[in-house]
Order: sequence, then C-alpha cells, then structure tokens
Amino acid sequence: MARIDDVDRIEVAPVNSRQHRSLYKARESIHPMRVAGVFRRLKWWIMGVLLAVYYVTPWLRWDRGEGMPDQAVLIDLEHRRFFFFFIEIWPQEFYYVAGLLIMAGIGLFLLTSVLGRAWCGYACPQTVWVDLYVHVERWLEGDRNARFRLDKAPWGGAKIRKRVTKYLIWLLIAVATGGAWVFYFADAPTLLVKLFTLEASSIAYVTVGVLTATTFVFGGFMREQVCTYMCPWPRIQAAMMDENSLTVTYQDWRGEPRGRHRKSADTSLLGDCIDCNQCVAVCPMGIDIRDGQQLECINCALCIDACNTVMTRTGGKLDLISYTTLKSYEANADGRPTLPLKKTIFRARTLVYAVLWSCIGLAMLFVLFTRDRLDVNVLRDRNPQYVLLSDGDIRNGYTVKILNMEGTERRVLLQLGDLPGGLMNVVGQDEWPSRTKEFILPADKVLQLRVFVTAPVAELSPGANNFRFSVTDLSGIEQAHYGAIFRAPEE
Amino acid sequence: MSKREVDDFSGVETTGHEWDGIRELDNPMPRWWLWTFMACIVWAFGYVIFYPAVPLLTEATPGVLGYSSRAELHKEVAEVRASRAGLIAKIENMPLEDIRQDVDLLQFANNGGRAAYAVNCVQCHGSGATGSPGYPNLNDDDWIWGGELEAIQTTLQHGIRYAVDDDTRFSEMPAFGRDGLLDRAQIGAVSQHVLQLAGQPHDAAQAAAGQQLYADNCAACHGDKGLGDRELGAPNISDAIWLYGDSATEIARQIHAPRHGVMPAWGGRLDPVTIKQLTIYIHSLGGGE
Repeated sequence: MARIDDVDRIEVAPVNSRQHRSLYKARESIHPMRVAGVFRRLKWWIMGVLLAVYYVTPWLRWDRGEGMPDQAVLIDLEHRRFFFFFIEIWPQEFYYVAGLLIMAGIGLFLLTSVLGRAWCGYACPQTVWVDLYVHVERWLEGDRNARFRLDKAPWGGAKIRKRVTKYLIWLLIAVATGGAWVFYFADAPTLLVKLFTLEASSIAYVTVGVLTATTFVFGGFMREQVCTYMCPWPRIQAAMMDENSLTVTYQDWRGEPRGRHRKSADTSLLGDCIDCNQCVAVCPMGIDIRDGQQLECINCALCIDACNTVMTRTGGKLDLISYTTLKSYEANADGRPTLPLKKTIFRARTLVYAVLWSCIGLAMLFVLFTRDRLDVNVLRDRNPQYVLLSDGDIRNGYTVKILNMEGTERRVLLQLGDLPGGLMNVVGQDEWPSRTKEFILPADKVLQLRVFVTAPVAELSPGANNFRFSVTDLSGIEQAHYGAIFRAPEE
Repeated sequence: MSKREVDDFSGVETTGHEWDGIRELDNPMPRWWLWTFMACIVWAFGYVIFYPAVPLLTEATPGVLGYSSRAELHKEVAEVRASRAGLIAKIENMPLEDIRQDVDLLQFANNGGRAAYAVNCVQCHGSGATGSPGYPNLNDDDWIWGGELEAIQTTLQHGIRYAVDDDTRFSEMPAFGRDGLLDRAQIGAVSQHVLQLAGQPHDAAQAAAGQQLYADNCAACHGDKGLGDRELGAPNISDAIWLYGDSATEIARQIHAPRHGVMPAWGGRLDPVTIKQLTIYIHSLGGGE
C-alpha cells in the first residue's frame, strides 16, 4: 500500500482545460508551481546556453585586417554586408540567407517529426523568456499559492513594493534583451558607449524600445496567449507530427479511473492517477495534460517532472505522464512493449528530412567555398544608344562596376574581348584609348567606372554587337566576365 | 421617451428599430474601443492647440509650436546645403581641371551638373544630350566653339549669339544665295565640293568647278581643307558630324541662307558653382578635350 497522505493535493481547475476553454472570457492568470526534475534541469541548461549565446555573440571579435570590422557576427546594414566569423556575405549573395532559412525550416520539420514540439517547449524565445520572467516572479513573490494570495490581496505597502520591484527587474531584463539585439547591427563596444551617451542613432533607440516593450508585455503579461493565439507554429505542428513523434502523453489506460487513494477505501478499482492535480498546477499553459493532446501544450514536460516526483514519494509507478509516441502508447495500452527508440527515430520521413537538410547544407558549403570574390557588372548607356564621332567611328558608354569582395586591395586588368578595333577610355583617366586598363581595387569595395568604348564603323555589324568585358586579378588567378552589347546604327 | 425594450433571448436592450420582426440589439461599445476613441479626442485637442489646424480665410491657425511643413522642408534643404558647403566651396575656388582630377569632386560636380542639365538644357539638347538638327550633340567630339573645360564654361556663361550679353560668342555666315553673292549653279558646285572635303559621295565635275568658288568665298573662315576655325566659330565641314544635315540639299540650303542657332547666356541665371558643375558634366559626356 502506497504512502499517500503526505502528497500535497491541490484543488485546481485548469484554466485552459477542455471544459473551461472559451474565446470570449477574460484571461485568468496562470501561476505555475515550482517543480524539480530531469526536464526542469534540462530546461535550465538550455535556457542558460541560449541566453549566453544571445548575449555573448555580438561581443566576440574576429580579426579581418585593416579597415574591416572586427566583430565576429555583424549585420552591417549601412554598408550592406553580413559578417559571420570567416564568412562575408554581400547583398547579391542573399541566397545564402534564403538557404539558411530553408535549412531552419526543414530542420524544424525534422525535429518536430522526431521530438514533437521540442522547439516550443525548450528553445523558443517566448518559452525561454517567460521561464525567466516566471522565475523572477517566484523569487520575489513566492510560489504559486503565495502569488495567488498576492493577486487577491488589497493594494498596500508590501504589495506595491513587491510589484514595483518585479516590474523593474522585468523591465531591466527587457531592456537587456532589446539592447543586445542592436549590438548585432553595429560595432558592439562603440554602440554600448553611444547608447549611454545618447549619441546612438534614433533607429537604435527605437529598436531597443520596441523590443523592450514586446519582451516586457509578451514575457510578463501575455505569456501562454502568445503561443495559443498569436503563433502559427502550433497550427502547423499538427501537419508535421505523426504517430511516431514523441509527445508528452498521459497514459490514461493505466491512470484511469483516477481517484484519491485513501487507506480506508478499496483501491483495487482505481487507476494509478491519484488525482493530486500537481500536473495541472505546474503547467505554464494552464491545461490538464490528462485531457489528452491539446493545441496549447508546448511539450515542456514539466508535468512529467511533477508526476514523477509525486510517484517517487508515494512509491507509485513512474512515467504515468511521459514522452511517448502515439504508436507506443497504443502498444502499451494493449499490453505490448514500447517500440524501440531507433525505430521511431529512423524512419522514411525523418530520413528524407535529414538527407534533404544535409544536401542543402553541403550544397551551400560547396558554393560558399568556391564562390567568386571578384565580379564585374556592366550597365550600357540607353540614352544615347550610340554616338557618332567626327571621324565616323561609333562610341558607346558604359557604367562598369568591379566588385572586390575580398578584404585586401587587388590589382586588376579590365579587358575588352571580341570587339575588333574597339578601344576604351575611362572618365577621369587621361590615358590613350586602349584595349586594356589597369586598376587598383580597394578592399571590400565596388569600383565604379564610366567607360567609353569606341569602334570603327567598318568593323561593326548594324545594330547590336556582342562583346565581353573581362576582369583579371593580376595578383591571383580569379577572372570575371560580363557579356555586353555594343550598339551601332541600324541602317 | 418610452422605456427601453429588452430582448428576451440575449437580455440586451434594443434600439427600438425593427425590420420584419428582427430587432436591433443595442450592445455597448467594447471598452477598449471606447477608450481609444476618448484618447483620440483628447489627442485632437492637443493637436489643435499645438499644430496648424483650423482653416481660416487665407491660412490656418498656426498652432503654438509654429510648425509648418514648408518651413521644415526649407530647414532640410538648408541642412543638405550646409552638409555640402565644403564641396561647394571647393568647386567654387578650384580650377576646373583640378576638380576633374579629384574623384570625389568629379562625382559631386557630375551629379550637380546632371541635375542642372535636366532642368535647364534638355529643352534644346535633349535628355541624352544628343541634340537635334540645329542643336548640337554634346556627346560627340565635334565642337564649334571648343571642347576644353574653359571653352565650355565660356559658352555656358555667355551663350551664343545672345545679344543681351556683350561677351557672347558670335559668328555669322553670309547668306550667299539670298544676298546674291553666288547664283544657284555656283551654290550647287560649292555644295558638291564640301561633300568632297567631307569624303562623302559627290559629283566630281561639279566639285572641281566648286573648288575655286570655295577658295574665294569659304576658305577664309572654314579653311582650305574645311577644318573650320573655333576662334571664329566656323564649323569643321570635313568631318562626319553635321549640325543641319549632310545631304547636298541641306548644305546648299545652308549656303543660300544660313540658319544661326542662339543659346542664351546662363551667367545671369545660374550661379557660378552650377555653371562649373555643368561644365564638368558636359565635358565628361565623352567629347571633352
């Protein structure tokens, strides 16, 4: 007979249970109770790592040489560059970002098909910051019951003091959150000083302000409503999960009929659930997991910790609530054993996701390591299309842009290809017309040139004549070409 | 006023309006909507006091802040001017050639010149500066009055055949036909000779007949070989570019009664900095010398 009398039974109705759920009533506050256990510890660790990554990343340095930013991760909107350690991305290489987003999407599909809503329960910023905010709240105002009492208590010295302190600390966290965000977009040490000396740009303050406000409101007040009403992911989830995805599940086949085991009562008719409602009290979403799978459930597994704590204390069987797949749950319910984990993880669907994800990743890495760091773009003058010169030759004007995407200065040769008799002149350079011109490309810059190309009319066919602008790196091997058009009179 | 009716089903008061037995419920406004509405009214009072708001006969009430969008525009324009003061001062004080050699100044002058060109010059010379018969193409390398920076600046400053300006460039070709200096046959012969000078298809016999006539009447200004003379504003008539057309008819017409284009002097209309920017811009179109 289990020792059951020291279990803290809670009289509680889950605010978002199936019975109570209504879109029209005002929100009832949820004060999740403190809980300890494997998953709570895992959540602390993940939260710590994620917050550390978020706050520390902009402060990492990376030496790129003279005149280049030394911030390891920097989104330089002003100069339209993205720096990630040794990688530098120009705006025309934005497809890398698109590729990363596709990888993030497929990665999320993979994660969801195997682990269910692990993202929601552990890694989503909303979850992480709400966890942090609740922690602060618990530290200042006490655990669940104390917080409910404080909510109901009339306003007085102690309540005002506690509330003001709480809001101030929340605000501090919110400011730090918004503040850290802007460091990704400018040199962090410089910006930090500027932020405090009121010299930063107004957009920096506006960004910090907006993110402070959203963090404060989302983390402090809206909490589970963000997940339930604002976020599209819970809706998409349903399509991503199948009978082999791990989900926090109440084993109702052995829990029901739930009942309060009393020494006096005949317990043989009752299931394992002692109806202590601990799983409801710890739930940050305000649901009762015993109602089955629900849209609100973020799979944070805190109810597993709560239930297992109670079961350990009462000597009951563990894992009445546990991570399990629908298939295993059905097998268990029929008295068959749980499916081996590797069978639920390695299946056609997850393999397809994994292969797809890896292929995109490898393709992007390949493109990244073989990409051009020298490029030439040419814009032909449209007005005038061509100019007749006094000796009868034809001249076309071009805007030539030579892109040096490397962090070092380079000497390059601009050449005309396939235009018999063609000669070029560069505005601002007083040299004789020739077929080749040499330039020094500044590091990580675009060199823009006005180029006039002249060709004898006898060598040209009427209308469009195809030719090439070629750029060769004189100190390396890289080459870039641009197929251009030389326009002659139509007659 | 009669007592408000209450709808049996919902327990909500009705407005008393009824259509075919359907009565309109009188639900209260949502609170958040009402408060937003109130806040807007309060905001409106403040707005009327601080900003221009109430339209009067000639203008609106100014508001205590004295704000006007026009003043803001002037302020912004002044700020842009102030931010460019350094570059403008350099353009004003530096010789044209030095401006052209400086990458930043060249770009600044070109941008300013392009803008000024679009406002003042496109009407005659065209948006691509390609001109049209009677209006020179500014892209090519054929210049009647010179394609050096200083020459272009002088042309811009004083214009061409612009009587109001004392220093304007002036040239006038006699009307050989209209004034009876040459007869029709002679003009035809000279036209053929000019075509020959330009290396174009021509009637050899007529051209030979026109040679002496050309030497007597034309060479003084246009030169023996038709190369022209920029000092006199006499166009080069041996090249591929023709201001009024390259057919024998057009040439004969020009000899009979020449047309003379007029360009206004921009010195009095545009400030010296703009003229310098325009000079650099025209020079960089491709034909500058």
